[in-house]
Amino acid sequence: MATKILNPRGSQGSWVMKNLLMEKTPADYIKSLFTPFNAIAAVILLTGGIVAYLRFTRGLAAVTNLSDANPWGLWIGFDVLCGVALAAGGYVLASAVYLFGMEDYRPVVRPAILTGFLGYFFVVIGLLFDLGRPWRLPYPIFVTVGGVASVMFLVAWHVFLYLTCQFVEFSPAVMEWLGWKKLREWTVKLTVGATVFGVMLSTLHQSALGALFLLAPAKLHPLWYTPLLPWFFFISSIIAGMSMVIMEGMLSHRIFNGHADSDHTSRLERITLGLGKAASLVLFLYFWLKVVGLVHGNHWDLLSTPLGSWFLVEMLGFILAPCFLFLWGVKSKNVALVRFTAVLTVIGIILNRLNVSVIAFNWDISERYVPRWSEIAVTIAIITLGLIAFRWIVNRMPVLKEHPEYPGGH
Amino acid sequence: MEVTRRKLLQGMGFLAGAIALRNLAGPEQALAAVEDFPGYPERFGMLTDTTMCVGCRWCEVACAQANSMPPPAALSDKSVFNKMRRPSAEALTVVNRYTDPADTKRTVFRKMQCMHCNEPACVSACLVGALEKTKTGNVVYHEDKCIGCRYCMVACPFGALGYEYSDALSPAVRKCTMCYQKVVREGGIPACAQICPTKATIFGKRSDLIEVARGRIRSQPGKYTNLVYGENEAGGTSWLYLSSVPFDQIGLPTNLGKTPIPELTRDWLLAVPLVLITWPPLLLGFRSLFRRQEQIAEEEAKNRKVV
Repeated sequence: MATKILNPRGSQGSWVMKNLLMEKTPADYIKSLFTPFNAIAAVILLTGGIVAYLRFTRGLAAVTNLSDANPWGLWIGFDVLCGVALAAGGYVLASAVYLFGMEDYRPVVRPAILTGFLGYFFVVIGLLFDLGRPWRLPYPIFVTVGGVASVMFLVAWHVFLYLTCQFVEFSPAVMEWLGWKKLREWTVKLTVGATVFGVMLSTLHQSALGALFLLAPAKLHPLWYTPLLPWFFFISSIIAGMSMVIMEGMLSHRIFNGHADSDHTSRLERITLGLGKAASLVLFLYFWLKVVGLVHGNHWDLLSTPLGSWFLVEMLGFILAPCFLFLWGVKSKNVALVRFTAVLTVIGIILNRLNVSVIAFNWDISERYVPRWSEIAVTIAIITLGLIAFRWIVNRMPVLKEHPEYPGGH
Repeated sequence: MEVTRRKLLQGMGFLAGAIALRNLAGPEQALAAVEDFPGYPERFGMLTDTTMCVGCRWCEVACAQANSMPPPAALSDKSVFNKMRRPSAEALTVVNRYTDPADTKRTVFRKMQCMHCNEPACVSACLVGALEKTKTGNVVYHEDKCIGCRYCMVACPFGALGYEYSDALSPAVRKCTMCYQKVVREGGIPACAQICPTKATIFGKRSDLIEVARGRIRSQPGKYTNLVYGENEAGGTSWLYLSSVPFDQIGLPTNLGKTPIPELTRDWLLAVPLVLITWPPLLLGFRSLFRRQEQIAEEEAKNRKVV
């Protein structure tokens, strides 16, 4: 076996080398792993691993600043809420291409679905740290059927089903990589069904994450608390998804230049401008929805408080400003500006989720939550794992480039 | 709990649409959490009259004993009042000291614990049914179901739930059960009411206690704030309070309104079946529309070539 792998002419060895080791011999492959990025990643993962060990031997109290007053912190506020929102590119792009026939966007569908799948996958990984009894994760699905009046029940079911859905949506790429043509045909046939199901699930659980906070009217700051919260979370997830796809285009354009085919690179700029235009429109809608929420809440007096200013920073600096910046970038065909605005928008969405879950939550009690270093270390480790998984897959599977045997198969 | 084939299938059958059906025709508990219902008529309650509480903390001692928990700080140690405490995994009830805003030399003590809401936010928050509002009024917790997401603690407007953050592998929520075992199984009364030397905290049928409380307000004009706290707050609670000072001065939230908190997610839960029903035909309809347009465009292009 070992000699076979080492022998580049052996059929099995050549498959492993071509598809797993990126056409290098095992020795060369291992050598190629010693890069500055990997060294930093190793340190981050090691730190995360140590915190994980402490978490599962000494409890949440040993590594987090969570308390009875602040039961949710960074791991829910960032890893889960932001993770799900930023993974929305999967359903947004899949519905655009597979349902609405926007063929121009086909080159970015697979990376978007991959980001979506990995996003959700690592949301679940993050959740395993935060849940008191992580091995009971399947309980709401398989054991304790009930709790149907719970928004969280829906979140659990939908994350589980949507993860499955996205796996189906992405599996043609895996089949092409493995060379399983028959199975690939089957999975391609499932794509439309999976996409419809995925949009349905996403509509509900993206908004469900906002609906979670409807139960805390006395804890969430009145400027953020509104019955429209589920709408805000859903609409802003569309914005987050599109901005993430723009950002991905930028990153993959730079990092994977050698892999992204010429077709991809040339169409990328047009796609970026198109997404920027769409994002600008949805941001405009989102801004006015937020205004409706503000008027409905009728807490104008709170705008002059420190948290009121912070609310305005989010409204003007991270919703209205990117809305116009996108528009400007598209009008002047300035791809760099559109990309910069996408980064700004993503920061804005992260800010919004952290505002709702941490910063404006429990705003009027003395015991405020600030994450401990170990919480941040785990979050960074999970992001790093996600990046490594993304890189590993796009370096091997036909995600950014078309597989030569399946032209137009994206 | 065993995962049988039947259970598994049941779970699968639940996929999505079933949520709607269960809400419409489901068991009582599901209804109780989302429907406007007047509450179980014979349910128990507690009344704490803060004008009678002397801050002796015997209730803390009795509570710890009844729940097999470590004893609280010595009763002679008055330094515990220097900071505000809340119920936690170490103590299910705590007594806090407040200053009367009208007379700063006078202090008011208030015992704090789970309020046993008529329609508890925590029960509607729980995705695995680990929290339950019993017909006797007690809100109880089933550790064997809990996955530890702590959404119940986020939802609780009274800050009444504690969590065992220091337990690495089997942390549980800890809360006052209004001595469920003692009251319901043994016909006794909750430990704190039993021990209270001044009868500041008493136990009884909730409806009777509301009458007692109103009677006290009526018979001693000017003594009490004219409100039985818990009668209507957040849809009403089983634990009731009387006070001589405004209730927000003794740490009870007065911004909750009268709507049961589970009502706040009711509209959104209604949207769930609507989305499930409307999205697929709508999206597939759009798709066939776009495909038809494409086909027409292709045919036209072909025809043009032929001509």
